[in-house]
Parts: sequence; C-alpha cells; structure tokens
Amino acid sequence: MHVVACHDCDLLNQFPDKAAATLLCARCGAVLYRHRPDSIDRSLALTLGALILFIVALSFPFLAMKSGGFVQETRLLTGIRELWRQQLYGLATLVLLTCVLVPLGQIAGLLYLLAPLKWDLPAPHAIRVFRLLRHVAPWGMLEIFMLGILVALVKLGKMATIVPGISVFAFGLLVLVMAAAISALDPPLLWDRLDRRR
Amino acid sequence: MSSPPATARQLGLLSCHDCHLLATAPTSAAHDHLVCPRCGAPLHERKPNSLARTWALVVAATILYIPANVLPMTITSTLGTVQVDTIMSGVIYFIHSGSWAIASVIFIASIFVPLAKLLILVTLLLTVQFRSHWHPKDRTALYRLTEVVGRWSMLDVYVVTILVALVKLGAVATIEAGPAAVYFATVVVITMIAAESFDPRLIWDALEEDA
Ligand SMILES: [Zn+2]
Repeated sequence: MHVVACHDCDLLNQFPDKAAATLLCARCGAVLYRHRPDSIDRSLALTLGALILFIVALSFPFLAMKSGGFVQETRLLTGIRELWRQQLYGLATLVLLTCVLVPLGQIAGLLYLLAPLKWDLPAPHAIRVFRLLRHVAPWGMLEIFMLGILVALVKLGKMATIVPGISVFAFGLLVLVMAAAISALDPPLLWDRLDRRR
Repeated sequence: MSSPPATARQLGLLSCHDCHLLATAPTSAAHDHLVCPRCGAPLHERKPNSLARTWALVVAATILYIPANVLPMTITSTLGTVQVDTIMSGVIYFIHSGSWAIASVIFIASIFVPLAKLLILVTLLLTVQFRSHWHPKDRTALYRLTEVVGRWSMLDVYVVTILVALVKLGAVATIEAGPAAVYFATVVVITMIAAESFDPRLIWDALEEDA
C-alpha cells in the first residue's frame, strides 16, 4: 500500500493501486497526483522542441516599430540591454533571469534528467537537478512576458506601425510547448526512478 | 488507514517538501539536520519559522507597494514634451482610448492581484495566529490561488521592458523606465517568496490540536 501526505493540509491519502487519472486530497481538495501517460518520451520530445524554438526566438528579429521615417528594430534581449543602459541593473537582471536564464536552465535540466532515463545512461546528481527544477519553476515567466508583448502591441499600435518578427511567433509557440513539456512530467515516477537509495 | 483519517504529524511521519516521501521522524527532538532518504532535501515537520518569515515579507511588500504606485513607471519624451506615467495613469490611458480589455488586464495584474495577495496573506496569518477554525478548506484554496496568480503581476514590468526597447525613435520619442518599475518588481518578488514561506498545514493544525 502506498500512502502520501497532502502538501497543503498534511492529511494522509492512500494511493489507489491502479493508475487513477487524478488523485485529490480527501480533506482540502489539493491535487496530489495526475496520471501522465508516456511521460518521459513526451516531455523529452517537447523539451527538445522548446530548445529549438528558444534558439529561434533569440536569433531572429523580435519587434520593429515604424513611425515617420524612423525604423527601430529589436531583438528579444534589446529591452534587457536598454534597462541595463538606463542603470536599472537589478531590474535588467530580474527580467533576464525570469524570461531567459530560468527557462533555458529548465530546458537544460529537463534534458539532463530525461535523456539518461530514456536511454539508461548515468546522470550524476540527477535528483538534485530535479529538486532545483521544482524550486525554480515559479520563476520562469515566459507566458507572462508573452502577455506583455500583446499589451505593448496594443499600447503602441495607436502611435506607430509595429511589425512582429519571426522571434515573436517562435516565442508564442515556445510558451505553449514549454507548458506542455512541464505538464507532461510525472513527478512521482521521476522521484522513484531517481531515488538516491538505488 | 481508512478511518479515522490521520495526518502525517499525528503518526510521527515527516513528509518531504520536495519529493513527498513519507519518512519516520526520530523520537528525539533533534529534527534539525534530517534529510530525505530519497531526494536529500532537508526534512521539517512544518516549514521553519513560517509565520515570522511570512509576516516580515508581507510587511516589507506592503511598504514597497506605496512607492510602486505613486512614483512614475515610465517617462515618455515626445518632441520635447515629457509625460510621466504611474501604473494607475497607464490604466486610465487605456480606458480613455477605449481599450477596455487591456485596461482591465493591467488593472487586475498590477493593482488588484498584489493588493488581494497581501490581504489574503494577512488574513491567513491572522487566522492561523488566533487558531481560527473558520472555513479551513476555503482558506487553503485561497492560499493555492495566491501561489498561482501572484506571478502574473510581473506583467507591467515586462511591458515596460518591451516599450523601452521599441520606443527609441531618434529625437521623436523615447521611453525610459521609472523608479516605480524597480519597486513594483521588488513587491512581486517579495510576495512570491512570502507565499512560498507560508505553510498552509498550519491552518489545519489548529483544528486538530483543539479537537
Ligand atoms: Zn489536503
């Protein structure tokens, strides 16, 4: 028999023997487990997709603004560089972390975890990497940046012509693929396979 | 295990924060340096100093919330005229220009969510401190809501990041980030850490201990 304590109210809940679709805490309703079929294959494939999309988003033109005779072309990182130039070093670092470094780290970490599990290769400290991934997850904010792009487009759309580049579309796809990669994970399965007592 | 339902604490078990393994707590009081046998995370019965840490962070965020709303978020220079915008004047601008959807998105993300999050955290802290038995399930749900929704307040910081990159049209127009952007980002970061340091199991402990 397998028992797990609810992370929100500490109640002990019994895991059903057969893989149920979803297990909710009997007392507070927290989601304790969600069944993910083919978890390793799926999230590995989606993570590779996210890596490619991220490289595209970083290398191609992001947004361009045309007004009068002027054209201002930007890359994904232009805003961060501009904040840095305006001496807002903390703010620039925060945006760089939440929109670039943390998501890239998540992709790298997932590849490091999943590829060795898929092909039975050794991966030293894999369980530490997984713990770290769980802790940094709230700090990856790609989807919020995407909403920021839409708001900025509406805001500037009235005073100038904004031309979205390939990078914007890649970024939009990246948001979806990244979310799918993370929700395809099956944490109990991973904890079990990475168990440091084995 | 079916009836009556027990908690991990009642049975002397520690649930790992990271991997949710149930470990047996040693009988001695020396809980300090226990680590999870499966994943190596430090084991605690409850998050350490949860109430004091969360209070400190909530107070800090509340103080910083004021300059975040009063000081300029963006400084726009257009052909010699300088326009200073706060978060609220940005919302009003969108209302005037008829973009109701965007106005409400910014209002919710930048003004309503941070305030609601601080109010919810204060309510949770007070009810736990006074050992309230009031609607524990709803309070737990409120806690989960603050955890999920709080990050979205970063929206305005990202809008400013995109604007400063795009609007550099020679002498025609430039946008600079104002000091409020820094205060505001700090509020979001601090409230995220505050929500993380609160332990919702404390809500239920009072009910069990008084039962
Ligand atoms: Zn529960």
